[in-house]
Amino acid sequence: MSAPLVPSLFASCYILTGAIIWIIDQILYAIGVVIPPINDPLHALGGWLASPAVLTVLSWLVMVLVMVIWAVLLNLLTMMWVERKVYSRLQDRYGIMISIWSLPLWPFNRRKDRPTHRGWGYLQNVADGMKLLQKENLVPATADSMMFNIAPAWIAGTTLMVFAALPWSSGLYVANLDLGILFILAAFSLAPLGILIAGWSANNKYTLVGGLRSAAMLMAYEIPLILVVIALVFTTGSLDPQVLVAQQERALVINGVTTPLPAWNLFGPQILGFIIFMVAIVAEMERIPFDLPEADAELVEGWTTELSGMRFGLVFGFKWLRMIAGAGLISILYLGGWSGPVFTTFYLQNVPIPILPEEVWFMLRIYLLGIFFVLLSWSIPRVRIDQILNIGWKRLIPFSLLAIIVAAAARMFGFMG
Amino acid sequence: MPGFWINMGPQHPMTHGLWNMKVKVDGETITDARPELGYLHRGVEKISEVREFQKVIVLTDRLCYVSSITWSHAYCLAVEKMMGVEVPERGQYLRVISLELQRIASHLMWLAAYGPDLGLLTVLLWSLRERELFLDLIQLMTGMRMNQNYPRIGGVRNDIPENFEGMCKRSIEHFLEKLRKDYEPMLHDSKVFHMRTQGVGMISAADAIDWGVTGPNLRACGVNVDVRRLDPYEVYEELEFEPQVWKGPDAGDSYSRFICRFNEMRESCKIVLEALAKMPKEGDFRTKPPRRAEGEGYARTEDSRGEALFYVCGDGDDRPYRVKIRSPIFCTLAAAPLMLRGNKLADVVAILGSIDVCVGEIDK
Repeated sequence: MSAPLVPSLFASCYILTGAIIWIIDQILYAIGVVIPPINDPLHALGGWLASPAVLTVLSWLVMVLVMVIWAVLLNLLTMMWVERKVYSRLQDRYGIMISIWSLPLWPFNRRKDRPTHRGWGYLQNVADGMKLLQKENLVPATADSMMFNIAPAWIAGTTLMVFAALPWSSGLYVANLDLGILFILAAFSLAPLGILIAGWSANNKYTLVGGLRSAAMLMAYEIPLILVVIALVFTTGSLDPQVLVAQQERALVINGVTTPLPAWNLFGPQILGFIIFMVAIVAEMERIPFDLPEADAELVEGWTTELSGMRFGLVFGFKWLRMIAGAGLISILYLGGWSGPVFTTFYLQNVPIPILPEEVWFMLRIYLLGIFFVLLSWSIPRVRIDQILNIGWKRLIPFSLLAIIVAAAARMFGFMG
Repeated sequence: MPGFWINMGPQHPMTHGLWNMKVKVDGETITDARPELGYLHRGVEKISEVREFQKVIVLTDRLCYVSSITWSHAYCLAVEKMMGVEVPERGQYLRVISLELQRIASHLMWLAAYGPDLGLLTVLLWSLRERELFLDLIQLMTGMRMNQNYPRIGGVRNDIPENFEGMCKRSIEHFLEKLRKDYEPMLHDSKVFHMRTQGVGMISAADAIDWGVTGPNLRACGVNVDVRRLDPYEVYEELEFEPQVWKGPDAGDSYSRFICRFNEMRESCKIVLEALAKMPKEGDFRTKPPRRAEGEGYARTEDSRGEALFYVCGDGDDRPYRVKIRSPIFCTLAAAPLMLRGNKLADVVAILGSIDVCVGEIDK
């Protein structure tokens, strides 16, 4: 048992929005005092803003904004930084080292006595994003410009949609759905359509081949992904992330014997499903063994070849957002979500005090899984399109069907309740 | 669907250099391929006719910037045969050492290019790291990292520094350990690497010989050819080494080419150490060649990429009347459509990366 840092994101956002609205109201009333003729309409406007219905709608919007800032501005940048640092160490080099003292501007350029390019490099990705923002958004003359413009927004939007249902703890979430996992997987599988549109509409041979590869791959890894989740439902009986994590937040009991292990879905008949899920989610994230749509060796940059400026930045950067979402999904489904080990809580007059809040345990899992995927994809080559179809259709799908049978049998004969 | 042509080059991540591989694909399967060359033609053969014999070495260095010494050496050998100059024994040993160090550096550059072709960028950084060892050794020997201008007509430019043998031993020991500990788990033991390279880009030994494929690419087909053994030059006769020939199944695919080159690096390390041990400690390393020459000279050597051939013709002047260069990769590329047909689009990089293209020597 541990407690979330944010008990309820909506309640926090409601208080925040109420405070902002209160400040706005005071300003409006002050204006009304200064300009008496519009005093009454201003009071009416202030009252309408502070009414519960408007406040609720506004706090929903603030909540979405908070989640986007949390996911994109903080975790996406951190994940990119982790990736660039980790694979640099694998390749025997330092990696990014730009610091704030590298800026050639007044307050930062004074420290000439020390080497400036010896920072942690966290701001390198911000600098890259700023550079991409300044670049021109080129549209090829022969491209279908409407679809070409829509595709990056489609990919970015569907990726953000995942975070509408992905909880970070028992309190930090936008919406808690009964079929949350299903919603996340559905939102995940919308992006390949955007990739196909982007590849096709650019009217370029490289992008076309990349887009069609994405469409061909879709079936090979989406079906096993859904099938192993079905196998999981046999054990859990629910697709609600909160229920899934609550079920895993206890000690593992095998045949009546309590073990020191936590009751993660990983331990037991779901191990087969876990392995299949790990393989398929790499394709979902478009990371190196399965990043065929943008195979940079033979297809220049694949379906992103014609994208430029921040359009490219969006689709390129949001790959890491998909990586965070995929890692979060794995940890909720198989690795106990945000549950900490039992010794993280001590009791003060029967009130449980967590040593670390739930969000920290969840992010620990996400970043450890992220490092695992980084090391994986920087140490094996890219597979070929026919090989990934072989892996998907001839290995993953039969084995995920087997996982369903195993899970059903385990449920029937009562192994691990 | 009749298929469409895809230009792989001249500006494309697949091409290591400036050339164009036109590939006709039906879906993802390659039905036809056509290499287009000539983007980097500098007219080395023609420029050589207006430069003195000595000054041509500067040009031959630039034929292939990753294996300069082997090309300059082939030129010097041809001119020496024309002039009838005998190189002192110490000079011959020094040449062999520099040639083999250059061969290792060249093969490491090939490995560095082959990794990213398959999506394995880590190998690029590792290979370039290990290449530094050999570039440092070459720099100690010649004073340069690239375009060394080291072989001379009648010998080599300068002697090796003191304790060069010790430094060579230390570097090679470190390198062999890295090969065993880093590269073999990453490449030889990788299932995905086998999936990508085994059975793709097959060419039969008969076809390879017909099309003029030489060097490691032909040895990968199971044919035991090595100019160092068949037509020995310098002191290769006195050295013990084994030409790396592929003996397993699936001869002539990308994996066998990879294995042949990989093992050649180990073999070259052995040759360097052996030559350093057998080299006479004292003596000349260069004789003075005549300024003018008449006649014909012809030399073929085992370049890092295959059989390099130089034909030099003199008319009694101090500059060659005609120079002809035979580039091994030019002939290998002619056979590339044969290897490509029937494979997938993604195999283009796995095949063309494995034959080690160097555009400088192709376009001359």
